[in-house]
Amino acid sequence: MSTPPLPRWAEIGLVPVINLTLALLVSGAVIAMLGEDPIKALGVMLKGAFVYPGSLGYTLYYATNFIFTGLAVTVAYQVMLFNIGGEGQAYIGGLGAGLVGLALGGVLPGVVVIPLAIVGAALFGAAWALIPAYLQAYRGSHIVITTIMFNFIGAGLMVSLLGGPMMRAGQMSPESEVMDASTHLLSMQELLALIGIEIAGSPLNLSFPLALLACVFVWYLIWRSKLGYRMRAIGHSEPAAAYAGIRIPHMIILTMAISGGLAGMMSVNEILGVHHKIVMNFTAGYGFTGIAVALMGRNHPVGIVMASLLFGAIYQGGAELDFEFQSITREMVLVIQGLIILFSGALVYMINRPLARLLAAVLPARVEGEGGRS
Amino acid sequence: MIEFLHQFLLTIDASVRLATPLIFCAMAGLFAERSGVIDISLEGKLLGAAFAAAAVSSLTGSVYVGLLAAMFVSVLMALIHGFACITHRGNQIVSGLAVNILASGVTVTVAIALFRQGGQTPLLGPGERFGPITLPFAESLSVVPVLGPFYADLISGHNLLIYLLIPLLPFLGWLLYRTRFGLRLRATGEVPAAVDAAGVSVAWVRYRALIIAGILCGLAGAYLSTAHGAGFVREMSAGKGYIALAAMIFGKWRPWPAMGACMLFGFFEAASARLQGVEIPLIGPAPVDIILLLPYILTVILLAGFFGRAIPPKAIGEPYIKER
Repeated sequence: MSTPPLPRWAEIGLVPVINLTLALLVSGAVIAMLGEDPIKALGVMLKGAFVYPGSLGYTLYYATNFIFTGLAVTVAYQVMLFNIGGEGQAYIGGLGAGLVGLALGGVLPGVVVIPLAIVGAALFGAAWALIPAYLQAYRGSHIVITTIMFNFIGAGLMVSLLGGPMMRAGQMSPESEVMDASTHLLSMQELLALIGIEIAGSPLNLSFPLALLACVFVWYLIWRSKLGYRMRAIGHSEPAAAYAGIRIPHMIILTMAISGGLAGMMSVNEILGVHHKIVMNFTAGYGFTGIAVALMGRNHPVGIVMASLLFGAIYQGGAELDFEFQSITREMVLVIQGLIILFSGALVYMINRPLARLLAAVLPARVEGEGGRS
Repeated sequence: MIEFLHQFLLTIDASVRLATPLIFCAMAGLFAERSGVIDISLEGKLLGAAFAAAAVSSLTGSVYVGLLAAMFVSVLMALIHGFACITHRGNQIVSGLAVNILASGVTVTVAIALFRQGGQTPLLGPGERFGPITLPFAESLSVVPVLGPFYADLISGHNLLIYLLIPLLPFLGWLLYRTRFGLRLRATGEVPAAVDAAGVSVAWVRYRALIIAGILCGLAGAYLSTAHGAGFVREMSAGKGYIALAAMIFGKWRPWPAMGACMLFGFFEAASARLQGVEIPLIGPAPVDIILLLPYILTVILLAGFFGRAIPPKAIGEPYIKER
């Protein structure tokens, strides 16, 4: 095709900014149509996300969720699979974390139970990705459809568990017993108080550093390990990978298990860090936001951290809209999120092609071999 | 026996009511996907249309204007999907997802701005929704044993949109299998290059398929908020678009089997509502939660190829690139 490749710096740095700007412009137009001032709304969101005491903690707390679900999407994407089931995998992951916490909390010391609960979250999340993975690998069922179905099956399963056998005695709302205090993850406020730093209260907890560790793990996995090499080989060319002796079905299952495990670990933040019990719908769409995060972060751990911060700020700032405005509410967050997915995902070529032509025309010709990826 | 028959008829009646939006949506999905465009945005279009129908019906006082608005909004959303994945060859799943999330956000936002009722529309009055239509002689015939209740309970007393299905389904079947347009549409979903070589625009065929899908989802949305319900509530589509998608796959991308699947899934929903809290001998409390999950579970089992094969259109999910 005649379109020149987009320079790497533009793909990483410029395109996400353009996408975000477009999404914000359209959202601003929506806000203006509803009779409110978009600039003021943006100001309120920024203040709500960063300025008020504790708001940064909330932003990072949301970002923690998005890092996990974003990484889950990215890992699956390496083998050209679209894991749309992060929502269900995180939900079932919460079951894993909760079951370990409920069963062992108080029996064993917290330092033993918490790691086990994290493993439980990852294993349950992985298990929930396993059946769609198996069906994709060996029976040729489309992973998108099966993971959508598994989101619903997972939600139904949790409803019947939380409203049935796992329901807390004497409670009307479907939720589990509270886990023993020793299983609660230390909040950042408590942690920093130990070394004498005072911060405002927020749900931010030890899951945030865990999420950053997960980023390092994913970076190492994809770009430094044999397994990641195989994954990327499949992503670039499945027939070539098969010819090179990579067992594709085997790799699909392994990749999806890792992806599901990462999604499941989102529940560490929610269940062990914040709720300390299994509650209904604690995933609250964060699994789907992970898709936006992966798109925006260009499927790279560094990009994902940055996109997660962005979405964390949008979520936390959006909650502030409820208090300041009559006509706009936190649902604006979904509008912005939908627009970001539209611009950075579905309409990616609409922006990239003209941009690449423009840059090729404006910039002096570059040395061969640079910016080869597009 | 009479009591059992009555209960049975009521359940079937409820199944029809619950299956109707699924049927509209599944047919919408069928047209989109047979033309080669994956349509997970059924859910979003359904939600958007449901809101548009209720909001406009409430504002204008006319249910028919509401219906038009629903179809308009739904077609608009279909065109966004088309613009992204036909014109700009974007990923169809990502695009569908964007439409769904946008619908969730925009409906509630606009609802709050317009009506200030926490994301709902006001309760719709008689003229603002599709009321039940009593067919002739339903009253007088209801004394006739068996056939009477059958006619009065099951055939009569539905709203206009349900009766619309009776001519609509054969028409859609005819359109897809007996017309030149239908042939081209199906060919576009299988081998778009051949359609292109015959001098027919692949993009235009797919756009038309999506517009039809939009109209059908518009009908489904209007049904939800102005016929089945009496107003819009947030997230009122509640996964029905996805169940319709499942039903379409369960029907192996064919109209009549897809309609059968919708009826079956509607029956599951009706049965689970009826069995709520009912003790079944030997089993105990009716497994209502499991029954509600059956559409998803059955679809996964079917996709796994354990009974029959569900073969999607060959070119589905692939943007068509003309120049090579």
